[in-house]
Amino acid sequence: MTATEDRVALDQWYALGAMQDFRAGEEAVTRLLGEDVRIRCSTGGDIAVTAGTRKLPIRTDYGHLWTSLGSPARPVFDLPESREPDRRAVHCGPVRVRASGLRLIENFLDLAHFPYVHSDILGTEERPEVARYEVEQRRDVDELWATKCEFFQPKAAAAAAGGQISKYMYRVVTPFNVMLYKTAPTASDRWDVIALFVQPLEPALSIAHPFMLVIDDTSTDAELIGFQQMIFLQDKIVLENQRPLLLPLQPGRETPTRADLSSVLYRRWLKEKQWRFGVEEPTAIA
Amino acid sequence: MLRFHDYVLSDSCYKVRLLLGLLGLDHVRQPVDYYPGREHLQPRFRTLSPLGEMPVLEDDGLVLWGAEAVLCHLANAHDRSGRWLPREAEAFGPVMMWLAFAAGKLQALSKARETALFGAEGDLNAMRRQGRAALRVLEDHLTDRGLAGGTWIVGETATIADIAAFPAVALSHDCGIGLEDYPALDLWQRRVRSLPGFVSMAGIPDYF
Repeated sequence: MTATEDRVALDQWYALGAMQDFRAGEEAVTRLLGEDVRIRCSTGGDIAVTAGTRKLPIRTDYGHLWTSLGSPARPVFDLPESREPDRRAVHCGPVRVRASGLRLIENFLDLAHFPYVHSDILGTEERPEVARYEVEQRRDVDELWATKCEFFQPKAAAAAAGGQISKYMYRVVTPFNVMLYKTAPTASDRWDVIALFVQPLEPALSIAHPFMLVIDDTSTDAELIGFQQMIFLQDKIVLENQRPLLLPLQPGRETPTRADLSSVLYRRWLKEKQWRFGVEEPTAIA
Repeated sequence: MLRFHDYVLSDSCYKVRLLLGLLGLDHVRQPVDYYPGREHLQPRFRTLSPLGEMPVLEDDGLVLWGAEAVLCHLANAHDRSGRWLPREAEAFGPVMMWLAFAAGKLQALSKARETALFGAEGDLNAMRRQGRAALRVLEDHLTDRGLAGGTWIVGETATIADIAAFPAVALSHDCGIGLEDYPALDLWQRRVRSLPGFVSMAGIPDYF
C-alpha cells in the first residue's frame, strides 16, 4: 500500500498514541494513511516524528501524540473537559482492527446495536428501541453533533450498580476523531467523556486509541480499562466481519433506518468533504 | 474464598473464568491492568507470580499461577463429580497430554492474537502458520473421535482438556483465522458453548 493522494485526509491531525507509550531513548515505526511514520524519543524526552526524510508537525494535546502528513488548517480540536481538574484521564490502550477507520467511527455513533452486540451491558434485547434523537452539522466549527440520545442500559459503566436510562451526546470533530458524552453513573449532573481517536494505517486497517475523561472515584484503572476493552472487543468482531470493509458512500449500497440518523449525517459530511481514504470505490452498479 | 486475578481480554484467564462458570464456583474477581498498564510485571503482582504469568488463583493460602495448573487444581479440589479431571488411567494421561498441548503448541494462537490486537512484537504470519498447524492436529484428533462416536477431546464428557483448548479455537478470529477449514473444531466449539454454566467472552462470535 502506498501513500494516499487524498488531500483532505492528509491535512488532518491524527493520534499516534498516548504520550506515556513513547519512552525516552526509544524509536517506534508505525503507519499512517499508508505511509511509514517514525517516532523518535530522545533520551531527554524530546519527540520527533518523520515520514521518510520529512519532519512532520507534532502536537501533544490531551496526553496524546498527534501528527499530520499534510498542513492542517486548524489546531487539534478543543476538548474543554480535559481542563476540569476532578476528571480522571484514562488511556485504554491501542487496539488494532481490520476495518476502515470510518467504520469504527460510525459504529461508535450507533445506538441500535447495544442490545445485540453488548447484550445485558449497554442494552438488553427486551428494550431495543432507539428513541428519536437530534443531529446537527455545526458549520461554524465543522463538527457533527447528535443530542438527546437515550437508551436503557443494564450496566452502563464500570461503576454502574444497576440498570439506568443513559443519556448520550455524540460529537464528531474530524472524520477519525469522535467523543461521546454520557451520564456519569456517580454524578448525574455531569457527563463522562469517552473519546475514540482512530489512527488509519491503511484503508481497511486501523488502530483505535480509546481515551476517557471520567468522573469516578470508586473504580480502579484496571476496572475502567477492562470495561471499555471488553466493550470494544465485542465491537471489533462485528467490524471485522462487515462487508465491504471500506465505508460505502454510494446511495443504495447500504440502507439506513431512522435510528441511523447520525450515520446518514456522517456519510453526507464525508461526501461534502470529498473524503476518499477508507471509502469504498464507487462502482458502476449501485 | 477463591480469589481470581483476571484480565478480561486474556484467553488464558478465560480458561479459568470458563471453568469457574461451569463448576458454578463463587469467587472474588481481582481485575488486573495487563494492557496497557502492564500491571502483571509490577513487583506487587510478581510476589504472586514471579514471571508475571496470568491468571493467578489464590485458594485458602495456596497461590497458583498459569491457567493449566489452576484448571487442574479447581477440578481436583472443587469438582465433586470428578468428571472434569478423570482419574482412571485411560483418561488421565490423555487429559494431561492435551493440557500440555493447550499450554504448548496451541499458544502460538495466543501470541498471534496479542500481536494482532495490541501490536505486540513478533512475526504475525509465522505465528499464524504455527497456530494453524496446531489447529490441524486438534481438528484431526476430533475428526477421529467423531468417527469413533466420541464428542469430546477425551472420554465421554467434557474435561479440563476441552476447557484448556477452547479459548484459542473460539478466539482464532482475533488473529485472522476463521474456522472454515476446521469443521470438526467448529462442531466441537458449539458443543462447548452449549454446556450448562458456559460463559462467553468478548471476541467469541455467537453467530455460528
